[in-house]
Amino acid sequence: MLNIALPKGRLGERVYAMFERAGFACPTLLENTRKLIFENEECGVRYFWVKPSDVAIYVERGAADIGVAGKDILLEYEPDVYELLDLCTGKCRMAVAAPVGFRDDPARTLKVATKFTNIAQNYYASKGRDIDMIHLNGSIEIAPILGLSDVIVDIVETGTTLKENNLEVIETVVPISARLIANRAAWKFKTEQIQTLCDHIAMQLQTEEQTK
Amino acid sequence: MNITGNVLKKEEEVTLSLCELYSSYGYTRYKMSKFEEYDLYVRNKSFLLSDRVITFTDTNGKLMALKPDVTLSIVKNSEDCRGYVQKLYYNESVYRISESTHAWREISQTGLECLGDVDEYQLSEVLLLAGKSLSLISPEYVLDVSHLGLLSLAMRRAGINEEDEAKLLTFVSQKNRHDMRALLTARGIGEKEAEPLLTLCTLSGVPQRVLPTLSSLYTDVEWTREVAHLETVLSPLPTEHIRIDFSVIHDLSYYNGIVFQGFVMGVPERVLSGGQYDRLMQKLGKNSPAVGFAVYPERLDTLVAQESFDVDALLLYSEDTDTRVLSRTVELLLAGGERVSAQRCIPEKLRYRRLLQLTESGVKLLEENA
Repeated sequence: MLNIALPKGRLGERVYAMFERAGFACPTLLENTRKLIFENEECGVRYFWVKPSDVAIYVERGAADIGVAGKDILLEYEPDVYELLDLCTGKCRMAVAAPVGFRDDPARTLKVATKFTNIAQNYYASKGRDIDMIHLNGSIEIAPILGLSDVIVDIVETGTTLKENNLEVIETVVPISARLIANRAAWKFKTEQIQTLCDHIAMQLQTEEQTK
Repeated sequence: MNITGNVLKKEEEVTLSLCELYSSYGYTRYKMSKFEEYDLYVRNKSFLLSDRVITFTDTNGKLMALKPDVTLSIVKNSEDCRGYVQKLYYNESVYRISESTHAWREISQTGLECLGDVDEYQLSEVLLLAGKSLSLISPEYVLDVSHLGLLSLAMRRAGINEEDEAKLLTFVSQKNRHDMRALLTARGIGEKEAEPLLTLCTLSGVPQRVLPTLSSLYTDVEWTREVAHLETVLSPLPTEHIRIDFSVIHDLSYYNGIVFQGFVMGVPERVLSGGQYDRLMQKLGKNSPAVGFAVYPERLDTLVAQESFDVDALLLYSEDTDTRVLSRTVELLLAGGERVSAQRCIPEKLRYRRLLQLTESGVKLLEENA
């Protein structure tokens, strides 16, 4: 039985469609219930809906054999897992944003507000920039408006929220998309099943790329 | 004295079997103190899994540390040997921060070190012992073997600079071919130069399947010699349990050549890790090569099947029961091979197979659980 952790929400549903086309269907998954675990014995597969930021933990600890996690989560928490495929979906970018017209003064410490402290730390360390990190859990956009920080490091999809708060992207840290991850030990003992799934999805992605 | 499986925890049972195995191959027990001078760890921080160490000041003013690692101490105290090897095994406690709870933990570690003139046979024997160690834990095991020398050669040939080396090694350890390809493309490395590295990134399988692919990546003498060396070293091992897999990455400033990791079915993380660490030997002023591995028995918790019963017989007695009669009854039950708990009433949550009561007329069966 292959245990798969999917991120709750639209991304999870999109990814499940790829898994279904790859021969790992579980029709009950799409039924409107409050259940979180779904199984299809015939296909040898069990799906769990979990909070997107928890997928990597489920996979790293072996509760799930494979899962789908955003690159942002993988870079932030650095779980010890295999990253087998870029699913080329859920695309966005991790970016530095600041109030429109912001001018960075390298002579002073840059105040950075973010939920992704590890990513921000690594990014500014690679540039040798001294920063004052402010960890926030949400509504990051208001930090520069209220003078709490100079800039923010956050996920940007369309940029609408930034624009509405008079902010703009000043640097891209890293492009983000959904990745297929696997538990290291599970890969050893369920290699064939995981590889078959990977190959099918890789083929789907290739076909999509060709038809673009 | 016979020790039954009921008394030993899985990790204790495995540890005893491992010590017996290593001893049968001529490895001698290395016993060490729990402390080491802190300086040793400061100088070799990146060899440790975590750079945090419990320190204290000794009575003579020296800063000491509770051992976070065993290999460093063994290497520090080893002597160079010519024409032979020192074969040592250990079963020690180390003190590390738990990755999950971020609190200090005492962790039991069992392993072996082979230091000196390590030739192909000695290397092969160490790998064989790694495989046998895993088989003592579970018949369903996999020993992943990688060769850092081949990986370094491939990176050198693709023209990878030092700064990108660490990133590429991370991608290899994650089997992350897509990000590796993106980095190589961004660095202007052509498809032809990139292909061997991309192949190594995801190459995994039993030696007979993987070795031909590995041989075909480059055809020069140096590459061919290293692949042949890997083949020879792996040849005495049971191939169905061996995977050549380059995702096993250890720090290149300490390790070189063959490195490996072991997994058993039912445990979601590696239970064995090791490799050739000639570079660590050099850093500590030794000229000899060395190879070794450690087994982490504390990770075997998930393998333990839940015991159905805490005791076979729960023997109830009353305040009026004659102590000598009670004692004789307990001894009789023990002689029958049962685990017995004598109590005046049923303890909460105790799981018993049979509930007995000692009465004036003898032992009465009150309840039997399947």
